[in-house]
Amino acid sequence: MRKITKDRIYEPKVPPEEMLEASRLTGDATLEDLESIRRRTSVYVYEAPVRIWHWINALCITILCVTGYLIAEPLPSMEFAEATNQFVMGYMRFAHFAAGTVLSIGFLARIYWAFVGNTHARQMFYVPIFNLRYWKEFIFELKWYMFLEEEPKKYIGHNPLAHMAMFTFITLGITFMMITGWALYAEGAGQGSLPDTLFGWVLGLVQNSQRLHTLHHLGMWSIVIFAIIHIYAAIREDVMSRQSMVSTMISGHRTFKDDRIE
Amino acid sequence: MSQIETFYDVMRRQGITRRSFMKYCSLTAAALGLGPSFVPKIAHAMETKPRTPVIWVHGLECTCCSESFIRSAHPLAKDVVLSMISLDYDDTLMAAAGHAAEAAFEDTIAKYKGNYILAVEGNPPLNEDGMFCITGGKPFVEKLRHAAKDAKAIISWGACASYGCVQAAAPNPTQATPVHKVITDKPIIKVPGCPPIAEVMTGVITYMLTFDRMPELDRQGRPAMFYSQRIHDKCYRRPHFDAGQFVEQWDDDAARKGYCLYKMGCKGPTTYNACSTVRWNEGVSFPIQSGHGCIGCSEDGFWDQNGFYERVTGIKQFGIEATADQIGFATTAVVGGAVAVHAAASALKRAQKKNEEA
Repeated sequence: MRKITKDRIYEPKVPPEEMLEASRLTGDATLEDLESIRRRTSVYVYEAPVRIWHWINALCITILCVTGYLIAEPLPSMEFAEATNQFVMGYMRFAHFAAGTVLSIGFLARIYWAFVGNTHARQMFYVPIFNLRYWKEFIFELKWYMFLEEEPKKYIGHNPLAHMAMFTFITLGITFMMITGWALYAEGAGQGSLPDTLFGWVLGLVQNSQRLHTLHHLGMWSIVIFAIIHIYAAIREDVMSRQSMVSTMISGHRTFKDDRIE
Repeated sequence: MSQIETFYDVMRRQGITRRSFMKYCSLTAAALGLGPSFVPKIAHAMETKPRTPVIWVHGLECTCCSESFIRSAHPLAKDVVLSMISLDYDDTLMAAAGHAAEAAFEDTIAKYKGNYILAVEGNPPLNEDGMFCITGGKPFVEKLRHAAKDAKAIISWGACASYGCVQAAAPNPTQATPVHKVITDKPIIKVPGCPPIAEVMTGVITYMLTFDRMPELDRQGRPAMFYSQRIHDKCYRRPHFDAGQFVEQWDDDAARKGYCLYKMGCKGPTTYNACSTVRWNEGVSFPIQSGHGCIGCSEDGFWDQNGFYERVTGIKQFGIEATADQIGFATTAVVGGAVAVHAAASALKRAQKKNEEA
């Protein structure tokens, strides 16, 4: 593909520097995206590894939340076999640890993809908090959700509000859950084990393992709350915004419903 | 130093034969998990090393550590006090009192500068210049600082000295402070528990005397040989935990069958101690074996982890005492409700807009 320059982007009405202005200035849309819109009104945003990660991550989080809750507040006591042949809590914990390991490896792979993938693969890992324009767009999006704006703007990747939520609850949240989770796992793995060598310091920091459990537990609830908002917002945006949402995480393509610039 | 007898001298004086002495060395090696090659080393150490002088001070505490200590069976506390260490000052156990006792205290510090072990039971309250604990007419914190200055190492006996225990529980009116936060320039071994297990206490002393060094410590400064695993890891009721068989109520059938006490608030899964292996009273029993959950007495701030009978601990920071799950469910309900209302408003707004366009 030839190098894309501003003059190569077909622009019938407004000059390129005025197109998708907010999205461009906050680092959300690239020149390649703008040209793509002109050509097919869809942008290939989420590459296959990102989509696969998203769904594996979603599955892991679901398993982790359910089993994690049941580890803290176990099912009613049951007796269908000798204790040696019955392994209810054992399987519960196994599922939790297995999903936790898959999630951790997935997250590391996702970080790797931020380096080798497209620009949208990097958006989740930083928020342009020193960009004043970002905050203006953040407030604009907030107003859209408060029914104070008539029409939302177009975005290629995450909108400013989603961008912040994704960074806080997934990038930071999952990291927090992985660190506390592996620190808890290290307790059972024993001193000198690999998890203990890597994450044993966390218990030294909070001293009492009971506190560490509570922190991990609160972390779970924050992710549950994020999941509710995330699913609601994705469906609502799919219906009410100017671009596709749910199908984008399946096909990777963001399609647009109108050809107006902003 | 030559005035102090060696271990061997003391043992011989007590009528122990050379043959018995060697047997004792072999047993000690076995007990510490060492090979036969260490037996002559231990014997040599016992023959040549003077007994280690120990100063045992008592701060804000209940003396349950001392009560536990004097019940040690392996080795007998009598052997530790009379043959292994030179317990030069312990205001609770010593015969002297008043000025004579305080003189012995000063004498020991002066005589064995830099060579004695300071054992601390209890902790110093720092509020009101330490006036909440006065020993020998002075605030305990002064005595602690004075004794610690020339000590070789410090042993923090029990939850009080290690973490603060009940007197440091919120709101901690006397500002009771664990030893390691007052004395920061000396090696400190924490032997937590309320009280610590007798054999753990004497075991730590035996180790230090035999090898003339601190035992290996974990990240929190506790001897790894006794505090590296949780009660839960070695609990004899663990199979019932893995099976998902729990006591639901104190008087139910599961309680009689000896099922796991997890749901009754047992803190075994978060407590590092040797109760489930060493047990108490010469290995007779330990709390879980007696049908009561572990209360986590050897953990930092165990009084402030909500009830002893609740599995998921409460969080006071939220104003009311609530568990993570109560907070989680409440927040989820609020967010879920908000989402529902927002969805309805969105639909309404959309319908309105369509009407206007039509």
